[in-house]
Amino acid sequence: MKPFLREKVPTSFDEIPDTTSYEAGYLVTKNAGWRSVRPIVDTEKCISCLRCYLHCPDGVIFRQDGKVAVDYDFCKGCGICKKMCKSGAIRMEAEK
Amino acid sequence: MAKRFLSGNEAFAYGVRLARPQVISAYPITPQTIVVEKLSEFVEDGSLKAEFIHVESEHSALSCAMGAASVGARAFTATSSQGLLYMAECLPYAAGGRFPIVMMNANRSTALPWNIYGDQRDSVSQLDSGWIQAYAENAQEALDIALMSFYIAEHRKVSTPFMANLDGFVLTHTYEVADVPSQEQADEFLPPLQTENKMSLAAPKNLAFSAGPDSNTIFKYKEHLGILNAKSIIQEAEIRFEQIFGRHYTGLTESYQTEDADYILITLGSIAGLVREVVDQMRAGGKKVGLLRLRYLRPFPNEEIAAAVKNAKALAVLEKDISFGSEGTVYTNVNSALQKAALSIPNSNYIGGLGGKNISAEEIESIFYELTKQRSTVQFLGIGGEGSGN
Repeated sequence: MKPFLREKVPTSFDEIPDTTSYEAGYLVTKNAGWRSVRPIVDTEKCISCLRCYLHCPDGVIFRQDGKVAVDYDFCKGCGICKKMCKSGAIRMEAEK
Repeated sequence: MAKRFLSGNEAFAYGVRLARPQVISAYPITPQTIVVEKLSEFVEDGSLKAEFIHVESEHSALSCAMGAASVGARAFTATSSQGLLYMAECLPYAAGGRFPIVMMNANRSTALPWNIYGDQRDSVSQLDSGWIQAYAENAQEALDIALMSFYIAEHRKVSTPFMANLDGFVLTHTYEVADVPSQEQADEFLPPLQTENKMSLAAPKNLAFSAGPDSNTIFKYKEHLGILNAKSIIQEAEIRFEQIFGRHYTGLTESYQTEDADYILITLGSIAGLVREVVDQMRAGGKKVGLLRLRYLRPFPNEEIAAAVKNAKALAVLEKDISFGSEGTVYTNVNSALQKAALSIPNSNYIGGLGGKNISAEEIESIFYELTKQRSTVQFLGIGGEGSGN
């Protein structure tokens, strides 16, 4: 499952939890602003082995229509997916 | 109940066993070692069903306790001095995560010069870390605080870790007779830990997350409210405790002969026993003196102090701590309580017992006599006021 942003961000005293814990899957902001290169998946070369999924430190690899995709809202551009891909299906492209 | 001849450390270990912790993570350090040794024996002989985890450092001991608490387990650890300072990074982490861990700290001097004996500079230096801090006077109180600490820390309105302090050697290693309650009574007093602040497959949660500038203050304010709520929950725990075990405790402070006292000595920990004897002797000689013992430093007993000392002519704060370049931190806190209550009472700060130095009855008596002169300075017992020795 791709991480998702909730529509409403809790801001008031009553909405913010008493402890540092909250319902899982709750993200309040996108976090990819410092990415300088982005991974591009060549779905022709990709064999869906999901090594990239297993090694991605940010958990941003997901499946879209049966194919490997990257969630650019949270990808930091570290390139580990490219390094781990045995099929050479991922290339890093400079952010403009 | 069964009477046993126990050291402070052993008494505390009996109290912890009665609380049925599920995880104990610990690293040994003098003078704390015996409390965790005793608990490891309880686990070995089967009288305590807990995971006893030997870790490689104090930093790991508290991190491990946090991990246990984050899946809803009742967790205990213990440390002292340099060990407490080594786990200092984890202290606000546990408090901010609202993990109700109980930790015993054997109060011991901090290096340098290296010293293994008792003073309170270790725990007092961590007052701002967000933990409840209690100070026991004797082995019985240590055992009882061990049991009550879980009730207080785990209460929904509190959800705050609890540091129970025992004076190193003077309390941890001296033997007294203590009542050990039965497990049935303890179970009646302390329900199993119930918390929603945990990882769970049934209700998955994000735990211990970031909170940026927008919401951080609200989290910190709620943390502050949690520890303030401990005031009423400590009272609630002590009422329940007395109903079940028949022993009475007096909340954040304990007053002794303060009602009509002209001169009151405020202190904390095991030295209070000797101060009480000196008060008795001086009272027999017609001197109107009293003792106010601080049982808790966090939450701080502002109102209790003001109420107990409001009619006194002068006060002394005797503590085993010095904030270098300022004064004793307990003294600072007491003066803040007086200021908030608009009380202007002459007072003095006595720094004593550093590195385990004995505080004598004669020294305590001389503090009371000096108070009649209404001096207001920081004094080092056995040395004198600031400027002495120059």
